Amino acid sequence: MVGGAQGSGVDSGANIFARACCYAGLYVFGNREYHSNIKGMHSYFQIRVAEKPVYCHRSYVDLLATFDAETLVRHRYEVERPGGIIFDPAYESVKIKEIPTLDREVADESTSRLKEKGYGTTVGELLEDAREDGIQTYPMPYMTLVKEIAEKIGEAPSKAARVTNVLVLGASFAILESDIDLLAKAIGAIFGAKPSIAEMNVLGARVAYDYANRNFGTGFGVKLEKVEPSGSRIFLMGNQAVALGKLAGGCRFQTYYPITPAADESEYLEANERLDLTAGEASLAKTTGSIVVVQTEDELAAINMATGAVLTGTRASTSTSGPGFSLMAEGLGWAGMNEAPVVITYYQRGAPATGLPTRHGQDDLRFAIHAAHGEFARIVLASGDIQECFYDAALAFNYAERFQMPVIHLLDKALANSSNTYPTFNTSNIKIERGELLDAGGLQKLLQRESEYKRFQLTESGISPRSPLGTPGAVFWNTGDEHDERGHIDENPTNRTKMMQKRMKKLELVEKEIPVSEKINFFGEQDTTPTVVSWGSPKGAVLEAKERLHAEGTEINLLQLRLIHPFPAADFSRLVKNAERIMDVEMNYSGQLAGIIREKTGILIDDLILKYNGRPMSSDEVYDAIANALAGKGPRRQVLTCGA
Amino acid sequence: MALKASDFRSDVHNDWCPACGDFGILSALQIALAELKLQPHQVVVFSGIGCSGKTPHFARVNGIHTLHGRAVPFATGAKLANPELEAIIMGGDGDGLGIGMGHFVSAGRRNIDMTYMIHDNGVYGLTKGQASPTLQLGLKTKGLPSPNIAAAVNPVALALAAGYTFVARGYSYDVRTLKELMKKAILHRGLALLDILQPCPTYNDINTKEWYSGEDRPDAKTGKPVPRYYLLEETGYDPVVHSLDESFAKIDQAMARSREWGDRIPVGVFYQNELIPTFEDRISQRIRDYTANPPARQLIGTDAGRSAIDLTRMFEDLRVS
Repeated sequence: MVGGAQGSGVDSGANIFARACCYAGLYVFGNREYHSNIKGMHSYFQIRVAEKPVYCHRSYVDLLATFDAETLVRHRYEVERPGGIIFDPAYESVKIKEIPTLDREVADESTSRLKEKGYGTTVGELLEDAREDGIQTYPMPYMTLVKEIAEKIGEAPSKAARVTNVLVLGASFAILESDIDLLAKAIGAIFGAKPSIAEMNVLGARVAYDYANRNFGTGFGVKLEKVEPSGSRIFLMGNQAVALGKLAGGCRFQTYYPITPAADESEYLEANERLDLTAGEASLAKTTGSIVVVQTEDELAAINMATGAVLTGTRASTSTSGPGFSLMAEGLGWAGMNEAPVVITYYQRGAPATGLPTRHGQDDLRFAIHAAHGEFARIVLASGDIQECFYDAALAFNYAERFQMPVIHLLDKALANSSNTYPTFNTSNIKIERGELLDAGGLQKLLQRESEYKRFQLTESGISPRSPLGTPGAVFWNTGDEHDERGHIDENPTNRTKMMQKRMKKLELVEKEIPVSEKINFFGEQDTTPTVVSWGSPKGAVLEAKERLHAEGTEINLLQLRLIHPFPAADFSRLVKNAERIMDVEMNYSGQLAGIIREKTGILIDDLILKYNGRPMSSDEVYDAIANALAGKGPRRQVLTCGA
Repeated sequence: MALKASDFRSDVHNDWCPACGDFGILSALQIALAELKLQPHQVVVFSGIGCSGKTPHFARVNGIHTLHGRAVPFATGAKLANPELEAIIMGGDGDGLGIGMGHFVSAGRRNIDMTYMIHDNGVYGLTKGQASPTLQLGLKTKGLPSPNIAAAVNPVALALAAGYTFVARGYSYDVRTLKELMKKAILHRGLALLDILQPCPTYNDINTKEWYSGEDRPDAKTGKPVPRYYLLEETGYDPVVHSLDESFAKIDQAMARSREWGDRIPVGVFYQNELIPTFEDRISQRIRDYTANPPARQLIGTDAGRSAIDLTRMFEDLRVS
């Protein structure tokens, strides 16, 4: 874990470390936590590495690298024997209660724990206590090292101080007895565009590495050893995966209003607005690809611009989080009424109101399903990991166009901001399915059969031919009012009944046509086995808990819902109806999925495992909770609280 | 094939009140579209909510009747996805200057090549006559229980301040002038505002057709009414910015005229500046072939129905082994 004040290089330091671990052939999972603040408040980045794929963080820390005294206080008790702490001895004299950015709860808890053991309340004594618990402490005089680096490059120490964050990385690599060249390579990759900065950082890492080797010796309980990587791998964040999935899925127009944690996706799209097309395709040889990204004045504009773009036959989307989606409700309703295939990427965060703007939560499942007045068809699709984010982002556009309804791709902060290694994604098998979209030729054919083009023509399936704005030979109308087949206002009761049925019955079509493999991920063998149901980012933690239980001879299944609306009631019931016990794992107060399951299937969940403290679930706490539930110990509703 | 104004009529029953100012606006639009030789499929009329919101249903062009105050973003999205479209926004004063004010201002910052026509009658007609943002302070129209205590917003001045590059005002009962203004607004390269003064015969009993025509103030000599509005162009007024260094002076002149109201109301083009790059131009600076190959024209799938995109370059940036 790397921690420090925001703006002090926590993020870039952690990314360098993570990349270096990737270069060592290891799989990496990164969990990023930060305050709603630009500079000065505490942030941390937890990096987990393993020889096999990892999809979640743990509750404890092996090696804690600190950029300030506050990090030491906040995370000291997460470090478990035989772990270690890297720190600047200058922190030792800091009085815990005098750290201005430390919340009182943490300061009080920390000092009272020290007092109980007869210590005073400075950071030095906190470290003394840590040593007593068998934790290694590694003092690194950051400023002395910075001066040494400054002398070597002939620059002022103030300039060399920019490499302070890589000092802990160099030291970590020494302590972990790993190859410093990997770190140098990672620094080169991150600062590739600025060779002189890269060079200074590499020097910083090497100076710290040598210092640590000279002063700390070997024997740390954890080592970081190289393995041979298999195949081509990428290391990316969830919001990058979504952006890439959108591009592959044909999205060519994206709108957004700045909001955490959604804006990164749009910025990444904008930075990559010019696209390469598949080589060797005759139809693509003479054309180009690009995406227009528009920063709007508010979220009302964001959804409605995207919907406007959709009317031209463009695949378009917008990305937001809870507060933005609240504003989009009206526009969502219009898209539903006009069967407009707009895609909304919805990154949940701690709510309600501004809530926890930079923290995690899954508070908005019910809201995504019900937002906007009235009844209309929509799809709510939830991804469980970063790879699913990619493929589902592309899939969302197919659903939207095939079924002609808005699609909400429901994600969360943990997915947006965590990073993970994966085999490079495969775009060649991503299908583009546009449903009843008519090109100019298609419209001409239709006009040979029909006297005129009717946007909302009543058909057996409920799906009407969709001609884009601007197609020669036809015009059409849209309106938020109830309308006739042509799209003109019509309040006639018979028409109203027909149109309600047309729109709503499409949900049955969705249920029928989407294969179960896209609705549900089921991990398990026997349908009688106790089963966890979950959705979204807890997937990684639950799968790891399942693996640990399996190693101990206990089996559980995981049923991860991806298509949550319309709810795949028949498939769900078939998979869980014989289960000895059903446990629901999700990140909200009331167990929203459990409620929906009961509503849609009548199945009552036996155990709720919930969390709503703004921090994602670790595999350890999920494991403990499932084990408790299986043993019939503890309450039916367990609330998890791990995380700083 | 050249179309007549009547070819732009739809067969939908028009339910505006008899003598509504909207009729003049609709006729002027149909004449303007015919005279510009536009084809129905090229044109999209976007509207918000209210009496003006129904306009698209009465015209035989594409019609997108959107949400209250939101016609601008819908039009923006469609136009940026397909810049070949002739995007015309028809909104009410409450729609565009009340609930949609944020979009009205933001649109000026972008200067997209679209036309925004405001049906400006000072009242919310469809909800039975409440004061709209353009009703003058202190007026008590028929539907109000007491005089209006909010000051009026000035659409012309606001558009100038927001960055609209064409700002004009028309009067719905002077269809001949109005259709010419509409043509100019549509032909203007950039965002055009056309504020259209329009009596509401049912709820605005102050700014009536008779009031605009000055029937209460006959000329002393001829006995004929002296209209309250006058044509800017007949006063030798030049709204056009011929070089960028005169932009501020032309805006100042237009601002000064925009303050005229009451017994002398200017109608015509206040300001026109085609030297400001459109949003489409600005996108083209980054995406070179944007106008030739905009989002709506792009191929997103191969012949075999697979993704047309090659993400290798981006994967290379993320690649770790």
